[in-house]
This record gives sequence, structure tokens and C-alpha cells, in this order.
Amino acid sequence: MVAPAERVRVSRLTLMLESEKLLATALLAPGVVILVLFIAYPFVMALWFSLTSIRVGVAGEFVGLANFAKAWNDTIFQTAFKNTVFYTFWATIFKLALGMWLALILNRHFRFKRLIRASMLLPFIIPTVLSAFAWRWMFDPTFSVMNWVLFHSGMITDRLPFLSDGDWAMWCAVLVNTWRGMPFFAITLLAGLQTISPDLHEAAALDGANAWHRFWHVTWPLLLPVTLVVVVFSVIQTFSDFQLIYVLTGGGPANSTHLIATYAYQVGVASGLLGEGAALSLFMFPVLFAVIWIQLRYMKRMEGA
Amino acid sequence: MLIERKWKKWIFFYLPMAVFILFTLFPFYWMAVTALRPDAELYRTWRQASATPFWTLHPTLEHFRELLQTTAFPHWLWNTMLIAIVSTAISLICGMFAGYALARLKFRGSEFLGTAIFITYLVPQTLLFIPLADIIRDMQLGNTPWALMLTYPTFLIPFCTWLLMGYFKTIPKELEECARIDGATRFGAMVRIIFPVAIPGILSAGIFAFTLSWNEFIYALIFMSSAELKTVPVGVVSELIRGDIFFWGQLMAGALLGSIPVALVYSFFVEYYVTGLTGSVKG
Repeated sequence: MVAPAERVRVSRLTLMLESEKLLATALLAPGVVILVLFIAYPFVMALWFSLTSIRVGVAGEFVGLANFAKAWNDTIFQTAFKNTVFYTFWATIFKLALGMWLALILNRHFRFKRLIRASMLLPFIIPTVLSAFAWRWMFDPTFSVMNWVLFHSGMITDRLPFLSDGDWAMWCAVLVNTWRGMPFFAITLLAGLQTISPDLHEAAALDGANAWHRFWHVTWPLLLPVTLVVVVFSVIQTFSDFQLIYVLTGGGPANSTHLIATYAYQVGVASGLLGEGAALSLFMFPVLFAVIWIQLRYMKRMEGA
Repeated sequence: MLIERKWKKWIFFYLPMAVFILFTLFPFYWMAVTALRPDAELYRTWRQASATPFWTLHPTLEHFRELLQTTAFPHWLWNTMLIAIVSTAISLICGMFAGYALARLKFRGSEFLGTAIFITYLVPQTLLFIPLADIIRDMQLGNTPWALMLTYPTFLIPFCTWLLMGYFKTIPKELEECARIDGATRFGAMVRIIFPVAIPGILSAGIFAFTLSWNEFIYALIFMSSAELKTVPVGVVSELIRGDIFFWGQLMAGALLGSIPVALVYSFFVEYYVTGLTGSVKG
């Protein structure tokens, strides 16, 4: 038997949790508190920092848009911005094209399918920093295995400057990013492919459509919704990337391979100029905002349909 | 079935498949070979006709021994594991609660909250790391595991909430209603009826969150300063490169050992991971 007083207390709590509104509040509170504390609040602070001359240990004062103006005229930042756009554009194109191709291959029937599919995802599972080191070692100026192969197969007579030349290094970064992100595209597109009925393909084939036409007129339109979402995620991740460049080149040689994020780190953390660093990373915001907005619009339209 | 000629199958299927497998897995193979190769063989320039660049005739565990004895690598491994588990647990609990509320309960602002959580899902870590470092310092959390255990959920909760919300919506309402008729409270029905049914979804979200925590780099790089407290990715970057010298044997040994736990977890739950991955992009 429960003592009367206790029974009243228990039932009061129970009653409160029976109200949908109160229960919802209680259930949402923990997550919302963490997100407000560590996303919304830092975001407001980032805006404030970017308008002041704050440095590590120095409170700083309001300087208006001076940090943004400084970044705008900073040649290293201009390079970093161009690099970020270049990196995002090419890496996304390659990831989409190769990921689609891989998905089409994996959608067929063959032996060891599960094993091969599982191992294809490894680049996406293994921490980027660790795998990027393996790539850096393969690109090493003195001990590069790729130079070895190309040299001994007679394709080059002198070494290729994989990471020691800015333009080469950006392409290398695109390559490594493609290597890492391709499985994500392949597996999500594969999931989309598996929902397409084989009957559609057979019908198209009977009507005389060849493989390319079947892909272009049947598969591609049906995959478009999934593709769009995957591209949005990938663009956000790639545009804001930090780890890969940090490990591969550290922004060098001569600051020619910085992305916005790595340059913001160099200014904001390594040099301690918090205000300028915050302004630099906020330059990512308009692009991210546009991409998120497109995504939200698209989701609304899907719900309406 | 569409009929295909043999030579066509070789050109359009086997060959590309082989190239994809080679491209995908070669870096891992190279990691392993480098980690096992003695230093004398490791540092041969690319012009030398070194007889065996792709394997070694004198495999050695020397690099692993040095790594485990002269660096804090075992600590890093333990820290990474602990932080990944705790932040995944926090995110799962928050995600299950919030996902249930958004999927099942009617209240004002539920649509707005759903959208807001989705937006935080898309905020990258590199946008906020500078002020966040300041906040962590103000809260006296800097250089403690809690700095990461509390900030990793910022990118895990939105994902878990989103995924589980979708999962809860697929569970028939009748299940809960039966329990309610039998006298269960709303909360009780959620915990005892809905959550057990949702275990596959919870597992997917958990595995995915675990691998994301294991991969995180920039917060760990900025918030942790003592060598003992670092995570594997940060430890490898900051302690195995001294000055300009890269200890490649140890680096690759560290990369290999640091990848094994997450690869193991993944290999046991591949199907759940794939569900989480494909679910993560479903609008």
C-alpha cells in the first residue's frame, strides 16, 4: 500500500505529464537547452565578436564592420574564398558523378555484394584526419609511392609536385575529398535506386531505349529528390571543411591552399585575433544560409505534394 | 532480365568495380604496409629502385611498440572511446525524447521547433568554434572531457532527433492507444511500448552518432591542451609531428590503431549504419 500523501504526489506528477503541452516541454527541454547553449548562444557571440577588436586576453572594443572590410581586402582571404568555392564545386561534381556510377554498379547482383558494399564505405567511417595522413604520405615529395609508380612505368621523368605547388595541392585536396565522400553518395543513391522498380527498365528496354537513355530518362528523374538532398549535405560539409586541408597542406605552401575555415583558425586561434577570426568564419554564413534555405523550401514543397 | 554480352560485362562491370575497390582501399593498405615497414626501408626515395615498394620482406612491430610506449596513445584511445560513448548516450536520450515529442504530441510551435532543430543539424562546427572556445573557457570546462561530451551533442542531437522522429512516425498509433487503455500513462507508454519497438532506429542513430564523434576534430583540437587528454585524431596530429619531422611509421601505426575500434563497431552493425546514413538525408 502507498501512503495517501505519496499517492497524491505521484498522481499530480502523472497528471502533469498527461498534458501534451507539459510533456512535450519536458521532453524537448534537455535537447533544446544543449542546442541553445552551444549553438544559438555562440552564434550570437560570433556576431558580436566579429564587430569588435577582441583578442585573447583583451576585451577589445566595437569597431563596426572593420573586421569584414579587412578580410575583404586581404589577399590571403580572397585566395581562401576562391579555394573554398573551387574545392566545393569540383569535389561535389566528382562525388556525384563517381558516387552515381558506383551506386549503379553496386545495384547489380554479384557475389560478395554485402562485403564489397560494406568495405566501400570505409573511407567515410575512418576518421578523416587519420586517412588524410595516409594520403599525405602517398603525396610525400621524397617518398611518394605515386611518383614511384609513374616514374618506373616511364610516364614521368621528374617528380610531380603533389603538395608543394598550390594549384596541384588544391586538386589533390579535391581528390582526397572525393575519395572520402564518394561512398556517402554511392550508398544513399543506392538506397534510392533500390526503390525503383525493375519493371520500368524492362519496359523502357522493350521500347528500344539503350542503357544511357534508360539512365537519363528513367533512373535520373526518379533519383532527383534523393540526389538533391545528398548534394545539399555534401555542399555544406565540403564548404565548411577544415580537417582535410589542415592535415594535407596546413594552408601552405605560402598560404595558397587555405579554405575559409582553416584561415579563420589560423587568424582566430593560432594568432588569437578572435574578432577577425569570427568575422572570417561568418563569411561562410551567406552561402550556408542559401543552401539551407533551398533545402527547407524543397522540404515544404515535398510535404505539400 | 536484360541480357548482356560477356565482354560488355567485363568492360562495364568488372573493370570499373575493380578500379573502385582499388581506389577505395589502397590508402588503408598503404597505411598498414607503412606501419609494418622498418625505418631503413621506409625512407627510400622514389627514384631508387627499391625492390618491394608494395610489400615488405622484413615486417616489424617496432612502430607500434614505440607508439604505445613513448606516447600517450593508449590514453587517446581511451579518451576517444569514452567521449564518443558518453556524447552518443546524451544525444540518444535527448533525441529519443525530442523525436517522440515532435512525432506524436500536439503543441503550439511544434513545427517551428522541428524546423529549428533541422537548421541546427546543418550548422557546421567550423562556423562557431571561435566563440565556443570562449564559452567553454568561461564555464571552466576547457581541457576536461566534458568540453567535448557536451559540445559533440550539438551536431548529434539534431541528427538523432530527425532520424528517430521519422522512425516513431512509422510506428502505428494503435500500439500506444492499447497501452493507454490498459492504464499506462503517456510517459509510461512512450518508455515501455514505443522505445522498445524503435530499437532498430535507436541503434542506427547510435552507431552513426558514434562514428561521427570518433571523427570529430576541430573542437577536440581547440578545447583540449594536455597531451594526456587528447583524442586520437588530435593526438596523432600534435604529438607525432615534432617540429618539421613526421614520424611516418608511428603516424601510420597510430592511424591504423585509431581506425580499428570504429571500423569494428561499424562492421558489426553495417546494416544499421547504412539505415542511419540513408535516413540522415531523408527529408
